[in-house]
Amino acid sequence: MNYKLPLVITFCAGLLMILAEFIPHRPFGSISANIEIWFLIITGFAIILGQISLLKMNIIKVVYKLPNWKYHLATIISFSVMFLVGILYGMQKQPGLLGHGEWLSSALGDKPFDYIFANIYQHLMAAMFSILAFYIASAAYRAFIARTLDSTLLLSVSIIVMLGNTSFGTSLTAGLPQAIKFLHLPNLSSFIMDFPNTAGQRAILIGAGIGIIGSSLRIILGIERSWLGGK
Amino acid sequence: MTEFWTQFGIWIGALCTLAIWSFLYKDNPFYKIAEQIFVGISAAYWFVYTIYNILIPNFFEKIFTDFSANWLLLIPGVLGMMMVLRIFPKLDFLGKYPLALMVGTTAGLGIIMYLKTDVLSQVVSAMVNPFTGGTVLAVLGAFILIVGTLSGLVYFFFSKKHEGFTGGVARLGIIFLMISFGASFGYTAMARISLLIGRLQFLLGDWLGILGN
Amino acid sequence: MNLQKIDRRWIFLFMLVGVMLPLIFPIGFKIEVMPNTKAVYDLIDSAKPGDRILMSFDFDPGSGPELSPVATAITRHAIEKDLKIVYLALWPMGVNLGNLIYEKEKDNLIWGENFINLGYIAGGLVAIQSMGRNFTEVFPTDANGNSIHNFPILKDVKNFSDFAFVVSISAGTPGIKEWIMSAGDKYGLPVTGGTTAVSTPGFLPYVNTGQLHGIIGGLKQAAEYEMLIGQPGTATSGMDAQSIAHIIIIIFIIIGNIAWYRNRKQQKEAKK
Repeated sequence: MNYKLPLVITFCAGLLMILAEFIPHRPFGSISANIEIWFLIITGFAIILGQISLLKMNIIKVVYKLPNWKYHLATIISFSVMFLVGILYGMQKQPGLLGHGEWLSSALGDKPFDYIFANIYQHLMAAMFSILAFYIASAAYRAFIARTLDSTLLLSVSIIVMLGNTSFGTSLTAGLPQAIKFLHLPNLSSFIMDFPNTAGQRAILIGAGIGIIGSSLRIILGIERSWLGGK
Repeated sequence: MTEFWTQFGIWIGALCTLAIWSFLYKDNPFYKIAEQIFVGISAAYWFVYTIYNILIPNFFEKIFTDFSANWLLLIPGVLGMMMVLRIFPKLDFLGKYPLALMVGTTAGLGIIMYLKTDVLSQVVSAMVNPFTGGTVLAVLGAFILIVGTLSGLVYFFFSKKHEGFTGGVARLGIIFLMISFGASFGYTAMARISLLIGRLQFLLGDWLGILGN
Repeated sequence: MNLQKIDRRWIFLFMLVGVMLPLIFPIGFKIEVMPNTKAVYDLIDSAKPGDRILMSFDFDPGSGPELSPVATAITRHAIEKDLKIVYLALWPMGVNLGNLIYEKEKDNLIWGENFINLGYIAGGLVAIQSMGRNFTEVFPTDANGNSIHNFPILKDVKNFSDFAFVVSISAGTPGIKEWIMSAGDKYGLPVTGGTTAVSTPGFLPYVNTGQLHGIIGGLKQAAEYEMLIGQPGTATSGMDAQSIAHIIIIIFIIIGNIAWYRNRKQQKEAKK
């Protein structure tokens, strides 16, 4: 019983979106247009739920002094500071509950929300992703071994593509005669990307596309219910 | 005063970067604190932007300024509140209804969009006359596109055992997929290094000031 | 010495120094423009002065070093062509990244006249679908909370037919794929843009079908674009470091393979 109404809603919403594609007139067109706007609003609330949920988990860890609780205190403090300055003084030219907070932004050169974004958040995130450069170098050293024909092929292609995508690769084969200009590293890399790579990627796209259509159909028809928390 | 805070911001940015990079040596409290600060700020950023950029203009402002034209928006408003109430375990069931609407809408749209963009358009593009290319390389490329796509699809077709002719074609499909993965690795390496370059441009340029403009 | 068991921190250090040195001491390798970058350039270059274009910031600071140079170069090209630029973001962090570019270029941009940032919109594919039906319903205000009806740049805008094309600078989902699916394939709006190099190979089938008008894949192609518009920026200055880093990775692959074969040979001999 608990599942029936959500399944009916899913079926109707899914069917409506499909019908509206083929019959974009009233009533299907206007109903689906409304649902799309509703979707945006519900997504907004869903994002709020996600953030509150994260905060709740961190508060539980701190209150019950679970392992590493001190670090989670840093999450709560940073969340609170960013949230408060954002809500109270807004961001960019958007006013907050207390206006623009000129006294703060004239000193900082920016609103506190934007200041934290530009000077802390942006750097933390960029640094977090930049450490992957080190790991990819390590992976190239340890795991990129030409054990079989397949792995040798993978390795050779990646080397050509890496060289072809650098100015060094361009300089390396720049002097090739016109007759064999297709072996010029950027040209070779471009050929690999445009043809064999595109063919492989296209097969993946078509295969995955059919898979997504299949699972979407299962969801609309109520065969796939795991999203409801059931089996 | 502003100059001080600008410099202070650059120093904070540099210290944040070094705290994250310290993980490369080994896990340590500086990294852990930086990681948690990142999570906290990120969540608050989403929260504030969702309120100011989505909920206020698309919902609250429309309801409060012109209720008669927008009363229908009360439906997503109520559904949205039901979604937020999932935070209380006893009211968890309420969240299933808005979720149902979102899942149904996404699934319905997904069928149409993926069918058109990823299946039909790609299949149509594979059905070309390879001899219209003009140059030898273009003809060769067109052949590769057709053969590669077909053999790759045969590899993904698991309803027939990969043996005999099917096995041979599937094997060819694997070769094309390996080329794709190799190309992806090359591009992945390029992407990761770009991010490191970005960081170093900040540290060496903005922070230490040893890079020319 | 067993090369296979080398402490990976040495590899990290080698990589760090390898990228750092060419930044401090530039070499000046030549940059060659590839067709996919040229296709993006041509689309923007073919727009008529006064045409309205959409630029969607679908990335966050994690991909900023790769994609901000793309967004900056395209914005500069659009300014040069006297186009009206409408920024929006399918990722919340994209709003601020867009504003950072606006701050740098604001001498040539007048908010509301030839430029506007509409801010963040949630919902990805559904949001784009909705923009195609009624643009102003999805964005009743700009990123600063002001009604968009106050701005001449969006006067008479109803849907995608009022834009020349969309440029999505994308690091994942939602991003350029959703723009192709809805704005491109459904509403017929030409789609172009830039992606992180990681996802570039996956988008080439769309370039092949014409669903995507070229693509700028990562920092190397951002440097190519900077060269096309004749304004070298951070992408161009990072190219030497990129080249050296690629060579280092290739050297690592070679040494790693030699170490593996040597190790295997030793193991075989030990068994005998």
